[in-house]
Amino acid sequence: MLMLSPTMKRPPVRRILMHAALFSVAFCMAQLGCAQDTPLISGGVAFLTSTNGGNTTYTPLIEPLIAAPIGNHILIESRAAILESFFPKGGGESGYDHSHFAAFTYLQGDYIASRHLTVVGGDFLIPFNTYNERLSPVWISNLQDGPLIAALGLMSSGSGLGGMLRGNAISREKYSIDYAAYFSASSTNEQFPAQRSSGGRASLYLPQKRLEVGLSYNRLLQDTQENFYGAHVWWEPKDTAFRLRSEYARGHHAQGYWIEADYRTQRFGGPESFFGRFEPVFRMQQTFRRDTIVSDGLPLVDTQRADFGLDYNLPHNMRILTSYSRQFSSTNNHNIWETGIVYRFLFPAWKGK
Amino acid sequence: MPIRHFLPLALALSISASAAFAVLPQTSNTNKTPASAKKSEPATPDQTQDDEGERIFEQNCSRCHNAPQGFSPRISGTIVRHMRVRASLSKHDEEALLHFLNP
Repeated sequence: MLMLSPTMKRPPVRRILMHAALFSVAFCMAQLGCAQDTPLISGGVAFLTSTNGGNTTYTPLIEPLIAAPIGNHILIESRAAILESFFPKGGGESGYDHSHFAAFTYLQGDYIASRHLTVVGGDFLIPFNTYNERLSPVWISNLQDGPLIAALGLMSSGSGLGGMLRGNAISREKYSIDYAAYFSASSTNEQFPAQRSSGGRASLYLPQKRLEVGLSYNRLLQDTQENFYGAHVWWEPKDTAFRLRSEYARGHHAQGYWIEADYRTQRFGGPESFFGRFEPVFRMQQTFRRDTIVSDGLPLVDTQRADFGLDYNLPHNMRILTSYSRQFSSTNNHNIWETGIVYRFLFPAWKGK
Repeated sequence: MPIRHFLPLALALSISASAAFAVLPQTSNTNKTPASAKKSEPATPDQTQDDEGERIFEQNCSRCHNAPQGFSPRISGTIVRHMRVRASLSKHDEEALLHFLNP
């Protein structure tokens, strides 16, 4: 099913209104900026279906994102997920049941001191590997489901409550090194749950080769105090529409990896032609359980999975996602068929003059 | 699960990768044509900034997502600032990207 990163929480409407009020204040302050700095509302609207073992689930979903700059150095940003899931009742009963979900994914303030340092405060996405920060939005991901190991290193909630320093440590013509380091306090707040943890990520990017390699490390600083290690490799050969992304993550109880490749042909009229809009995707992933203690969201037994996707990039920011997956494990093998349509919206927060 | 179950998939991946790379050289040549054509004439400062902005866009933004189509110029500064945080862009990069998005 849909990879709704573990950041999902269920906030009361009253608190949502409170945050809306806060953003209204931020928007008003942002009006003092220049004309190009109007706060924006973006995000994705999707209708997704997933058939797993003969049972089909239907999920209409919206992931709104708002961003409001204040002055020359500050950005306030937040993303949320709201969905309704319709699934078969099961147990011999006919018909469908449904469940509702609304959650903030993150809510953070960024102070851009320089290229080398941005100070982030609030509820932020944990910078462990790449999927959580870069690929999890519904309008970005190539496949509906996130990788099996996506939960590793994300401290259950996927977000931290505290502070983060990030930026570019070194930038040269042939290489650059980025970093992100964070500390999160423990929080049992219904809206912003977080575990006490710290960690970070460092990545080396070779712009001429379009190659990025990075390492991540997180440590849970409460209860069992587990360590998590991660590594990622991204490669996008220059002047092509081929992308290769991969991650490895190791936790205290399980480890795994995924490799994903996608391609859009530039023949037959280019990427905006009928054929160029097709985007085949392939992802291969494996997880390995190190013990039977379950605390990380990974499958209970060693699992392999192959995802074959075919996306179609329609004009006007719309995208059709289709995929077939086969998952293998010692408990059972099964097929997963998924289809979806996603629309990405992006507009100013208010009408201009 | 024995690893042999995954061998066909690995084979499929290899074939897919080979097929993709088989078309890469022609793809690259196709893309280089406009760039070569531009070199025959002296580049204006605006062209240079656009090229710089395009390079920054390709190296930082389009690695993760497709370019959004048809957005208002009133939010181009906000989009770029969002990217500045995500991709650790410099002030110069921000200006070049802004010029590229909103020429």
